[in-house]
Amino acid sequence: MAWTWFHRLGSPPYLYSLAARLTPWFAWPTLVLILGGVYGGLVLAPPDYQQGDGFRIIYVHAPSAWMSLMVYTTMAVAAAAGLIWRIKVAHAVAASCAPIGASFTLCALVTGSLWGAPMWGTYWEWDPRLTFELILLFQYLGYMALRSAFEDLQRADRASAMLAVVGVVNVPIIHYSVIWWNSLHQAPSVMKLAKSDMPATMLIPLLMMFLGFTLFFVTVLLIRLRGEVLTRERSASWIREAVTL
Amino acid sequence: MSDRIASAGDSVAPPVEGGPTVRLRLRAATPLSTALGLTLARDLRLAFRKRGQLVQPLVFFAIVTTLFPLAISPELSRLRDVAPGVLWVAALLSSQLALEFLFRDDAQDGTLEQYALSGQSLTWLLFAKTAAHWLLTGLPLALMAPLAGLSLGVPAAAVPGIVASVAVGSVALSLIGSMGAALTLGVKRSGALLSLLTLPLAMPVLIFGARATELAIKGGSFGAPLQLLGALAVLGLTLAPLATAAGVRINLE
Repeated sequence: MAWTWFHRLGSPPYLYSLAARLTPWFAWPTLVLILGGVYGGLVLAPPDYQQGDGFRIIYVHAPSAWMSLMVYTTMAVAAAAGLIWRIKVAHAVAASCAPIGASFTLCALVTGSLWGAPMWGTYWEWDPRLTFELILLFQYLGYMALRSAFEDLQRADRASAMLAVVGVVNVPIIHYSVIWWNSLHQAPSVMKLAKSDMPATMLIPLLMMFLGFTLFFVTVLLIRLRGEVLTRERSASWIREAVTL
Repeated sequence: MSDRIASAGDSVAPPVEGGPTVRLRLRAATPLSTALGLTLARDLRLAFRKRGQLVQPLVFFAIVTTLFPLAISPELSRLRDVAPGVLWVAALLSSQLALEFLFRDDAQDGTLEQYALSGQSLTWLLFAKTAAHWLLTGLPLALMAPLAGLSLGVPAAAVPGIVASVAVGSVALSLIGSMGAALTLGVKRSGALLSLLTLPLAMPVLIFGARATELAIKGGSFGAPLQLLGALAVLGLTLAPLATAAGVRINLE
């Protein structure tokens, strides 16, 4: 059957060894892309004509903000798969995503506020995108808090999966309501970066960082997933063979 | 197989793998509308037997709105500017108060299990309970919000706008809250957790509700934000009961 590869993913021992084998394939490109992106962004790219060197924080900020959403989507898809088809491993993926996503969101918030200091003259401005990231962070925290509140793992899996699915419906609503809310209260922020106007020397490092951050997420997800599988299957017999190798 | 009467010579075929699975479902004798009416009436009656608890969210609302003049300033002109925010934050927090107990008592004494086994749609029965919650908190808050607003220096002309926005917005709040209450049913002390889950979901309601109130106070047309509030309420009406029922099932298993 063509679906055998998919069904094998549902087996914890197989997934554990697969994650271990795949990790270097993602880790090395991550390292190359992020180092290259950092060099290109901080050294090779010319300073912005308006923001000077201050704009360079975009090389961390924009990829983090992108990842905060992408990880949430991944988490919700995995959670929905776990709910619908009752795949235990999918719940393990969702559970491993949450702390990574929360970290990216925090990173986007901190870099955004650091960027705001020279540009706006204040560390915090109720900019729609920053506010959105803040609410997204609360959603991640709620997800993790709900998980940790249950003693029964299955119940924690399914309740938090439900929350992740509800949350992903909420994300676009928050996005547009925050934009709408803000547009009524203040002028559009100064940080309108027209992507197409960027010269290639600025744009290529940024794209490298985007790809690098995505691969970094996959790498960390694979590592966390192994830990999650080990914790869940700690009483299973295959663990002894897998770990003593 | 079942159509034939098995005679002694018949070999009984083993169940075919991959064949149709029969799902046993209890058929309820009572029509759904009666069951909904009874659930709603029961919840209202139980609530009216404990009047002290019933007025708690309203008293809380009154106290919170009193805190702001004390904390900010007694000048009505300044209070009028912050009135939409004060009213909405207070209404949001008050509607959170009773949520923890929305399903809690019924889960502990087994009523929810009986609902799940009754053959009626659990989704609809829980929806009736949520409707009772709105009738007991959302609607009284909507009626009380203008009073609190007047004490904050809001002109009397703004009263219809305030009532409409709080009434519509609290529908969405009750539905969002019912999802949170269902998901945290299996958690022992769920108060803070419940707020952590539901408040991010309630933020769009807060944005549009406060905006509608602000426009009503300034004498503008508050139709647009009110319609967006209505959209959120309709979205909640269609999706939240399903999530609530799924959440209750998770915690009953």
